[in-house]
Amino acid sequence: MLSVVIAAVILFVLLRLLPGDPANALVSVGADAAQIEAARKQVGSDLPLYEQFLRFAGSLARFDLGNSFVSSAPVLDEIGKRLIVTVPLTLMAFVFSVAISVPLGILSVVRQNRWYGALISVVSQLGIAVPVFWIGILLVTVFAVNLRLFPSGGFPSRGWQAPGAAFQALVLPVVTITVVMSASLIRYVRSATQDVLGSDYLRTARALGATFSHALIRHGIRNGAVPVISVLGIELASTLLGAVVVERVFALPGLGSMLLLGIEQRDYPNVQGVLFVSTLLVLLVGFAADLIQRSIDPRLRSRGVGGGA
Amino acid sequence: MSASKPRNSGLAAGLAVALAASVIGPALAAESDPDATINIGSLYEPQNLDNTAGAGQGINEAFNGNVYEALFRLTDAGTVEPSLAKDTKVSEDGLTYTFALQPGVTFHSGAPLTSKDVKFSIERVTAEASKSSRKNSLKTIASVETPDDATVVVKLASRSISLPYNLSYVWIANDEATDFQAKEDGTGPYALQEWRRGSSLAIARFDKYWGEKPKNGEVVFQYFTEATALNNALLTGSVDIITSVQSPDSLAQFKDNPEFTVSEGQSTTKLLLAYNDRVAPFDNVKVRKALARAIDDGKLLKAVWGDYGTLIGSFVPPTDAWYADLTKVDAYDPESAKALLKEAGYPDGFTFTIDTPNYDPHPIAAQFIQSELAKIGVKVQINVITANEWYTKVYKAHDFQATLQEHVNHRDIVFYGNPDFYWGYNNPKVIDLIKQAESSGTEAEQAEKLKEANTIIAEDAASNWFYLYPQIVVSKASVNGYPLNGLNSQFFAYGITKAE
Repeated sequence: MLSVVIAAVILFVLLRLLPGDPANALVSVGADAAQIEAARKQVGSDLPLYEQFLRFAGSLARFDLGNSFVSSAPVLDEIGKRLIVTVPLTLMAFVFSVAISVPLGILSVVRQNRWYGALISVVSQLGIAVPVFWIGILLVTVFAVNLRLFPSGGFPSRGWQAPGAAFQALVLPVVTITVVMSASLIRYVRSATQDVLGSDYLRTARALGATFSHALIRHGIRNGAVPVISVLGIELASTLLGAVVVERVFALPGLGSMLLLGIEQRDYPNVQGVLFVSTLLVLLVGFAADLIQRSIDPRLRSRGVGGGA
Repeated sequence: MSASKPRNSGLAAGLAVALAASVIGPALAAESDPDATINIGSLYEPQNLDNTAGAGQGINEAFNGNVYEALFRLTDAGTVEPSLAKDTKVSEDGLTYTFALQPGVTFHSGAPLTSKDVKFSIERVTAEASKSSRKNSLKTIASVETPDDATVVVKLASRSISLPYNLSYVWIANDEATDFQAKEDGTGPYALQEWRRGSSLAIARFDKYWGEKPKNGEVVFQYFTEATALNNALLTGSVDIITSVQSPDSLAQFKDNPEFTVSEGQSTTKLLLAYNDRVAPFDNVKVRKALARAIDDGKLLKAVWGDYGTLIGSFVPPTDAWYADLTKVDAYDPESAKALLKEAGYPDGFTFTIDTPNYDPHPIAAQFIQSELAKIGVKVQINVITANEWYTKVYKAHDFQATLQEHVNHRDIVFYGNPDFYWGYNNPKVIDLIKQAESSGTEAEQAEKLKEANTIIAEDAASNWFYLYPQIVVSKASVNGYPLNGLNSQFFAYGITKAE
């Protein structure tokens, strides 16, 4: 709870430190001084800072995220509409990344002397080095502009009511995030596997007569999974907002682009709303990762809730 | 569609032999589909749906003439035509306008149009709390009366020759409507279907429309934040038209391709370097003229737009009746610029800061100006700011020396008649001429007065006007009937046809 309060205060102060005024989004060239003042009054930016903060804190305490200054739409509704793009995008990319990186990561250690073991390491290093937007643009050029297999961007105006088109719109963005996410996950899986291979318990299991693959599957994966899961949690949480770059390349109406536009327009309610909801999501993902780790590793169960590794 | 099939399939069969299979699709579709969905790609998503509340130019593009109508309509050619006002009578003294409303008009909600809706709509723009940037141009309206349901009488405090033009952007809405920012209740040929913020806005044909039916069934504006993504969408067929191309580089891929049509119309968007004419050294006409002569406008235009765009010597585009070719005034001449600076008392030049909006083409233009002025000993510091910051610092507080800005609106020379405007140009002669022009009895008289004002601001080098943006529309070759000029950013969609 304390972390939410601290986050709220920092958020409030940082936003007000930006030069500009949310009222500016409501006027255009030709408006006179009186009209600008009227706009300031409407959004409350004419009030002293402490009063603005009291209002902000008050509505936050009531879980009322308010209405956008610019579009007057309720912030929570808008976030809901954005989440139905961002959450499927992130989750699909996440599932694919895990499905790709866990086996490849293990393979790259177990078979490091084979050519494909080395290849996996090299490709994953490359994947980390290449910027995500570049991969997005490359995929668009090849699969949308030249091969015409998928749309180059945008989301259907009927959203998920047109499920086929909506899925198609997400294919290239999901692939883009998957490439980048897998590349970094492979490295974590790889180093976790290396730790496991050098461990005493694996040696003991082999000494007791278990085959290498049996020992690895029975004891190794379970042990190696614990640190990897906390990394997975962090990756998932950061991709929810980090998808903004991909959303921009593919013109997707996601949460990240709402945040970006909100900052550009100084639309405080939208920015605060997005950051507040994403803080909650991050806490939720962290909590879920914690629970999973506990169920895998009995040593963690004796610790108090929230005190996990 | 079915009636035309036999005739066309013969043609297609012939073509199929000669050409690649991909050509058959378009060849089959000689007739347009009356229920087609037209996908329009744009970079200007509206911020909300109310043109009096800072919705931006995107709302004019999507809604003006499509969803909302006004008493008059500004046509793509720049003329003002009656729309919801069927007939207009003007009193001898020019102070009373009597409008007879078009009969049989219904709002999208089903309510009939009455004079009360017109009064409500005009007063929404002129109201005390209105944030409309057009409020000032309507302040001559003293009262709006409604003697009966079909008649509106507008009384003016002083003559206003531009009244019909000014009324062309006062959207007539149902007086019972309450939410203008997220909903609409207009009388246009389309009604709002769905607005997915950050992505698209769909409008569908309104079956009870009073006038001529649209030639398509639905129009979807697809919004992009990046020009490249927008171009790709046209290349891959997910949009049919791009309303205004923002860089010449991208045109190469469409220009020599028979699948696309590239058209150039007239825009009203001007790029200028506005000085703060209130402060030294820019309160000195000689300094302003020297700077105008030191910058090669043609080279800048070429750098930004290649072979597109038009040079202007003042704030008025060639489409206005009061246009005069003033490009010769303070034309590029660095030697005389240096001499003028010396005369003005700055033989060694001076240093100033240009507040530069952080989006294209401003940063490139600022760098160009910096290198041009360095040649006459004037040092330029570039301060990059966001659009939002620009309003607070430059527009409102007048806390600047010079700024780059693009001005989009049509007929905005009137800003030079307002000494409180951000650039602070204050010439009593010009203020008087612009006032007189508005109270002219005829359009010829208005044009003559504004032309004189236009010439004076050019001679005064009130600001430094570089060029008029080109207005380039690119569409699939199978799509026709769209407007080309984009005056005030409007984009009438009802004439667009698409062959399937």
